[in-house]
Amino acid sequence: MTTHDIVIVGAGPAGLAAAIGAREAGAQDILLLERDGEPGGILNQCIHNGFGLHTFNEELTGPEYARRYIDRVNELGIPIQTGTTVLDISPDRVLTCTSRENGFEQIRAGAVILCMGCRERPRGAMDIPGSRPAGIYSAGTAQRLMNIDGFMPGKEVFIMGSGNIGLIMARRLTLEGAVVKGVCNRSAYSSGLKRNVVQCLDDFGIPLMVRHTVTEIHGRDRLEGVTVSEVGEDKKPIPGTEQYISCDTLLFSVGLLPENELSEQAGVELDAVTGGPTVDDRLATSVPGVFACGNVLHVHDLVDFVSEEAARAGAAAARFVRGETVSSGRRVSLRGRNGVRYSVPQSVDPDTMPEELTVRFRVADQYLGCYLSCYVDGVRVSHKKKRIMTPGEMEAFVLRREMLGNDAREVVFCVEEA
Amino acid sequence: MAQLELTCIRCPMGCTLRVTLEIGAVTAVEGNRCRRGAEYAATEAVHPVRTVTTSVRAVGGTRPVVSVKTVPEVPKDRIFDVMAAIRGLTATAPVHIGDVLLRDAAGTGASIVVTAELEKR
Repeated sequence: MTTHDIVIVGAGPAGLAAAIGAREAGAQDILLLERDGEPGGILNQCIHNGFGLHTFNEELTGPEYARRYIDRVNELGIPIQTGTTVLDISPDRVLTCTSRENGFEQIRAGAVILCMGCRERPRGAMDIPGSRPAGIYSAGTAQRLMNIDGFMPGKEVFIMGSGNIGLIMARRLTLEGAVVKGVCNRSAYSSGLKRNVVQCLDDFGIPLMVRHTVTEIHGRDRLEGVTVSEVGEDKKPIPGTEQYISCDTLLFSVGLLPENELSEQAGVELDAVTGGPTVDDRLATSVPGVFACGNVLHVHDLVDFVSEEAARAGAAAARFVRGETVSSGRRVSLRGRNGVRYSVPQSVDPDTMPEELTVRFRVADQYLGCYLSCYVDGVRVSHKKKRIMTPGEMEAFVLRREMLGNDAREVVFCVEEA
Repeated sequence: MAQLELTCIRCPMGCTLRVTLEIGAVTAVEGNRCRRGAEYAATEAVHPVRTVTTSVRAVGGTRPVVSVKTVPEVPKDRIFDVMAAIRGLTATAPVHIGDVLLRDAAGTGASIVVTAELEKR
């Protein structure tokens, strides 16, 4: 068994930034494990631009954004072991891995940073009847086929779900000569960013069918078409509204799920809403020495925020292995209520938290002209009017330590009418 | 005088902007709930441009394709002309971020620039 101070699981945007953050906070012995053949994670297939506006003040493509972090990791001499799948993490931080080079191996870690990212919600989760012909992909799978492997998934495409990857793929397929017949979405508005709706659909005249869902899949060997129906307020299809759309390809862009099988094996407590670990202000999970950041923690819209969060997790892990983690033992829980679905982190240590901490969360519905409020033990400490809040865009609240006073127990974020 | 409708992308609000143009300049914007909508309309209505990102065939590399982008952006109505020009390109590995594969793509003045590292197989 080999031993390292900090082992990072996943060398995507979170893992790379966590490694840099850990080194810059003084950690020497850091190892990055990556199951793919190259570092960079999902950014490698995100060849569109729009990454890095917050971090670098310029618009980069995914591979370019990743490269800046890979170059920095290489400059710092932090090893990245690619082609390595982590099979298990024990509660006492022993990682069991397998790779072509080293075969089966076990690594003991002083601290572990979970950076496994997320995966796409599959067709099976959508309960759509019909057979299982070829031509049905998650949007991210189609993206990988086109942008990494150089395959065209089909010629006539329908997309269910208006998540950002689906929108991006509508444009990508159109540019390469496919006909995208439409994008449907069960709710009344797109779950993707406005910019993507305009630049990926409107620019190319691709219809966005809100309040519609796929109700049947046609074809035996190859997909031949889909039936699309309008949905009512109860999100159920309305009989008589069915329309047939012929297509050879159907993409699903219906949400992302943090990938936490390894976290569960390590005994890490998960948040039922985010699907990711519950963490404190240091991004420490419920298992000592195990930290989490990026999309494994909660699904982000912008990679810039992943990088920032991951750098903090790296620094916290570095302090942990040096034994510098001081905790007063006091804990203030952070919760979302009434329109705020969750809070990350889920708790803070009021004595050791930074002066200002950015808390992130999503709202449950679209809210126009409502207030975002923060209560500490039932007393409102902040009440800010927001022109719009929408589930597709993560909200942020800067929690100041002074708001918590000496004996705070619970902070609640909520949406209020006035 | 010409009228057109745009969706503002500066925030999730997505205001529908009704823009009035006279001799190629924006003279009025309606429907915007804030100043940023008027700013967006001023450029988007007169001279909409986009960065085209796509991939080209690669030979001798660890992957069969490599990603590229236009630098600078190209006029929105020239996207498909630029795509046609890119379709004929082949990159020979190794190629690096920033390598220029084509200059003045489809007469737009934009270069086709590699956006990923591709090592030799």
